Amino acid sequence: MMRLPPKALVPALALSAMASAALAHGYQNGNLTIQHPWSRETAPGQAVGGGFMTITNKGASEDRLVSGTSPVAAEVQLHTMTMDGGVMRMRQVEGGIAVPARGALELKPGSYHIMFMGLKRQLRQGERFPVTLRFQRAGRVTVQFAVQPVTSTGPMESGHAGH
Amino acid sequence: MLDTEKQQSRSGLVRLRTALWLVLGVAALIGVAVIYDRGNPAGDAASDYAHTFGGPFTLTAPDGSTVTEKTLAGKPYTIFFGFTRCPDVCPTSLARMARLRKQLAADGMKFNIVFVSVDPGHDKPVDLGNYVTLFGTPILGLTGTDAQLEQIKKGYGVYSAKVPQPGGDYTIDHTAAIYLMTAKGEFSGTIDHQESDATALEKLKRLIA
Repeated sequence: MMRLPPKALVPALALSAMASAALAHGYQNGNLTIQHPWSRETAPGQAVGGGFMTITNKGASEDRLVSGTSPVAAEVQLHTMTMDGGVMRMRQVEGGIAVPARGALELKPGSYHIMFMGLKRQLRQGERFPVTLRFQRAGRVTVQFAVQPVTSTGPMESGHAGH
Repeated sequence: MLDTEKQQSRSGLVRLRTALWLVLGVAALIGVAVIYDRGNPAGDAASDYAHTFGGPFTLTAPDGSTVTEKTLAGKPYTIFFGFTRCPDVCPTSLARMARLRKQLAADGMKFNIVFVSVDPGHDKPVDLGNYVTLFGTPILGLTGTDAQLEQIKKGYGVYSAKVPQPGGDYTIDHTAAIYLMTAKGEFSGTIDHQESDATALEKLKRLIA
């Protein structure tokens, strides 16, 4: 697993701590805001989990989500999913996913998502686990993914029905 | 070649091409008619389809017991094919069945929910048992050998294929429809991935009526 240099980690952690105070469950790094990262609980022994979030870019230049790391998984991959004539096809995305200038990138069920490959432990409902995302421009941001029931179709804290 | 000869051979070619297009057109029409017939629930061909769809299968339940089409007979069931490492369409579809069952209240237990893993390489029966437990309602998780899975996939017209991933791992492309089967094991319809809960609920009500 890739180890982060402590110098890179400290500002990211400080930023996320500050952002956490300002937003319910969101993170800011430069022009990027990352909201409601969430994941589904997994069964014991389940080797893979999915992750979702919304990344907003208020900057005038496109950024790219390039990669990620997490202590809970051997590998963090970026995937996309398409439905093609009733057949679900999931593919790893090469070269990252664009976060459009003055726009947003939504990672959600049925679309782009993060895959936690080789889970080192079960993801339990109600807990949070850290993921360090790497962006082409904004650099590294560490966010906490909230683990939700497997039956979730979106972040529980968005909208008015949140807990 | 003389100009007139050229023209003659060209017009011959045009006639040949027209004839070929006609043949293709007729073939396409026949093809459409056949497909329409198969998909038309009112037609005679469709009721044959209801009898032949699904058919016999042998799979293994999480407790190690053998489950066949005869085990399921006597109660309608919904059946969906996927794999536990599927982060998206599988949990979404199973969660939906759990949600719809809850909405049906007491009638919710009038049908079985079956999930078949087409990834025997990763999903052992016990893994499937652990996985389906997450959904908080009884779901029968089944899998089998490659040959057993081929049999049930063929019966239900399900497509699935391993797709290698960079780094040596693989994912699985698979049909994402939920099939509705009557108590006699006959095909009654499908719930599509994109359909609304309201439509899906009506289909389930018809299935258990």
